Amino acid sequence: MGLEGIGARVARKEDKRFITGKGRYTDDMTVPGMKHAHFLRSPHAHARIRSIDASAAEKMPGVVGILNGRQLTEDAIGNLICGWMIHSKDGSPMNMGAWRPLASDVVRYVGDAVAVIIADTKAQARDAAEAVVVDYETLPLVTSAAAALEPGAPQIHPEAKGNLIFDWEIGDAAATDAAIAAAAHVTEMKIINNRLVPNPMEPRAALGVYDEAEDHYTVWTTSQNPHVARLVMSAFYNVAPENKLRVIAPDVGGGFGSKIYIYPEEIVCLWASKRTGVPVKWNSDRTEAFLTDAHGRDHVSTVKMAFDANNRITGLKVDTIANLGAYMSLFSSAVPTYLYATLLSGQYDIPSIHANVRTVYTNTAPVDAYRGAGRPEATYLLERTMETAARELGVSPAELRRTNFIRSFPHQTPVIMNYDAGDYEASLDAAMQAADYAGFPGRKAEAASRGKLRGIGMSCYIEACGIAPSAAVGSLGAGVGLWESAEVRVNAVGTIEVLTGSHSHGQGHETTFAQLVSDRFGVGIDSVSIVHGDTDKVQMGMGTYGSRSGAVGMSAVVKALDKVEAKAKKIAAHLMEADESDIVIENGELKVAGTDKSVPWFQMALAAYTAHNLPAGLEPGLKEGAFYDPSNFTFPAGCYICEVEVDPDTGKTEVVQFVASDDFGKIINPMIVEGQVHGGIAQGIGQALLENAYYDPQTGQLLTASYMDYTMPRADDLPSYKVSTTETACPSNPLGIKGCGEAGAIGSPPALINAVTDAISNNNLTMPASPHRVWELLNPAH
Amino acid sequence: MASVSMTVNGKAVSGQCEDRTLLVQFIRENLNLTGTHVGCDTSQCGACVVHVDGKAVKSCTMLAVQANGSEVLTIEGLASGGELHPVQAAFKAHHGLQCGFCTPGMIMAATDMIKRHGGKLDEKTVRDELDGNICRCTGYHNIVKAILAAAEEMGSTRQAAE
Repeated sequence: MGLEGIGARVARKEDKRFITGKGRYTDDMTVPGMKHAHFLRSPHAHARIRSIDASAAEKMPGVVGILNGRQLTEDAIGNLICGWMIHSKDGSPMNMGAWRPLASDVVRYVGDAVAVIIADTKAQARDAAEAVVVDYETLPLVTSAAAALEPGAPQIHPEAKGNLIFDWEIGDAAATDAAIAAAAHVTEMKIINNRLVPNPMEPRAALGVYDEAEDHYTVWTTSQNPHVARLVMSAFYNVAPENKLRVIAPDVGGGFGSKIYIYPEEIVCLWASKRTGVPVKWNSDRTEAFLTDAHGRDHVSTVKMAFDANNRITGLKVDTIANLGAYMSLFSSAVPTYLYATLLSGQYDIPSIHANVRTVYTNTAPVDAYRGAGRPEATYLLERTMETAARELGVSPAELRRTNFIRSFPHQTPVIMNYDAGDYEASLDAAMQAADYAGFPGRKAEAASRGKLRGIGMSCYIEACGIAPSAAVGSLGAGVGLWESAEVRVNAVGTIEVLTGSHSHGQGHETTFAQLVSDRFGVGIDSVSIVHGDTDKVQMGMGTYGSRSGAVGMSAVVKALDKVEAKAKKIAAHLMEADESDIVIENGELKVAGTDKSVPWFQMALAAYTAHNLPAGLEPGLKEGAFYDPSNFTFPAGCYICEVEVDPDTGKTEVVQFVASDDFGKIINPMIVEGQVHGGIAQGIGQALLENAYYDPQTGQLLTASYMDYTMPRADDLPSYKVSTTETACPSNPLGIKGCGEAGAIGSPPALINAVTDAISNNNLTMPASPHRVWELLNPAH
Repeated sequence: MASVSMTVNGKAVSGQCEDRTLLVQFIRENLNLTGTHVGCDTSQCGACVVHVDGKAVKSCTMLAVQANGSEVLTIEGLASGGELHPVQAAFKAHHGLQCGFCTPGMIMAATDMIKRHGGKLDEKTVRDELDGNICRCTGYHNIVKAILAAAEEMGSTRQAAE
């Protein structure tokens, strides 16, 4: 692997600017003449806008302009859309309501933007916003998905009768019902997956600049996928033609899914820049982020799992209601369908599965992908059910899982996915050993002597990453292909630039992508630069989400490297009068195998550009591009085991041990992979113990809209983690990579809740397991 | 408008700002030192931590005028002569950052913490005292490791100097 190649634990190249305060985030950008935007937002969850009077506000100090939905409509700015078409089981297309970047007639959630105030300073814009008078006629509202489906519920969009967006199914209903009818045992549960707010630490921001002289548009934005933003903003929102629009996502402070989507604010900043003639910058404050960033999860499900007399699962039936909020965000329809129900087979050989999913409009913020996106919901449902079934059947949780593991590959599940490789027993064994599972009874007794209730819980997760084969997702309704692009430029002095359509917002691509090049050509990572996040530099790309940058983005780099290597060998062979099939590349040199002849890498590169002595017919230069479209999803899997201690006096849960054993396939940089797992687990523990986005059902107000009210996991809430990996090669991409970005958040919540319910001997627990909820279960008389 | 003068990263600076201007706004917008970040509105996240007269302060919780006449150290001033501060070096060595947004505040808080404890820190103390700094990427595991490693190094450096 070399010191800096594949598998090396290399410190990150990008760290220096971050640890010295020289990172460049969108809100750090300034351009001459820049003004500041403040969005006036609806304080009501559902209301008709009777009028907007900005006459007093327009006269306030520093105000440059105040725009609302009427001007937006005058300029024919398009509706925000959901880019994944789902059809209901009756064949009808999903019922998508209109989403205007600035609401002009009806507001549908607290935070819906109704006007933008542009002023010399942020404070002036905010002051003026308070002087804008909006006359609202409030309307009845509904915040929970189940309530929104009830007859007589407030109607949110005229396009979606009864607030139903679609009623979709997957799998074989008849076979599953038959399996349940014939079962020796059926475990039934109601499962709630609590609503979360992603909360990347950098709030969203946008800076829109229209250059009238060039008729050119630039937008800096906090995006995980700037090229998709450019595509959507030009093709659907009519903000700017694609060839005249540059989208830059510079350093981005975390995403976790919430920065995939194109939001009203970046559209409005760019449009407003043209309309007012000044550059317009907006950055979200934290409460705005809580109100308007796409939320995650919010499923209510029922599940029936059927077993035969040998404890083998014979059928799984799931009914889910998913809350999509007030508007359909960009990929919202895919999350509770193809990213969720297709994973309901888990690690188990289940002959029949049927899932029905209804998605629903409510008067809450839009809901879309949040770290894991559908797969945490599937895993939580399945692994809570497995644990519960083990308790009901009187077998150990590990044994029940072993009985049902898939053991031969490829494995076709009843819900589309074809698992290519895996060894679930290996990760279970590794986790049980690392957790000293056998020693648990002793630890439980010791904890009891201190008055603490100790519990243990496990979770065996699988996810689908490497998103995704373009033709396959196209056939399922995706509006885009999910390939990735790369370009490798070898400079005349031999240094190398890699341009990628992936986007790094914490994942360390500037290091790991350079490690690929180092591994291939034996050059140091310091002579390799990674270019990303700018549509003027990288032609096209699909961005970073779904743990796809390794499996898909790096595979594109590998394809481009293959082409560079082939040409480099041709040049070197010519220089050394050897056969190109005899050339090997080692330690920064091109050598003739079996001889002492060699050409340094830089000399070959220089020869490519001087072009004085190239093989006949070979073009000068050394620059190659590639698009890589994956042949299958990848299937990371693993086992997480958690131990908790509950204080019966307070109901407070402490995580005393957390063990993760993951199979991510080939690993480029173990240090970075471990960091991804740590962060994912923290978010999973957050969901299970601390976090909950709560809307007041009467008023539609988000009561958890600040860090005073929404419990973010902090250092003293969390343990240190024991993480390790097992490896089965992934046959579906050239590097054998499966992906690691989401696993921690997917696998951990059920392990936690299984542990807490074990500790308190009460299975009737919903997330988050707050001290209050746990204490109430321990003290039912109160 | 108020006139404000202070020493930031060893340099005397002055400027005009509204009375309501927060120290963090003065640092970011007047001085263009954008390494100090704003991650919340409620003084919870700690992305804005700087040192004022030698103590860690959330610069979103202080008016610029309150820092008039003070010595302020921001993340940009922590390294000296091109040499990383041991806390900065430890964050890199132990992968104590991912997206980098909370990192300046974390490093400034950690530097203060190590100083207050004379380099003698354990995991529990680090976790307890870090509860005013939120990170969404790392799960804190490697941040805690980095701070403990830096504390050990700074503690032994101090011993060696004594």
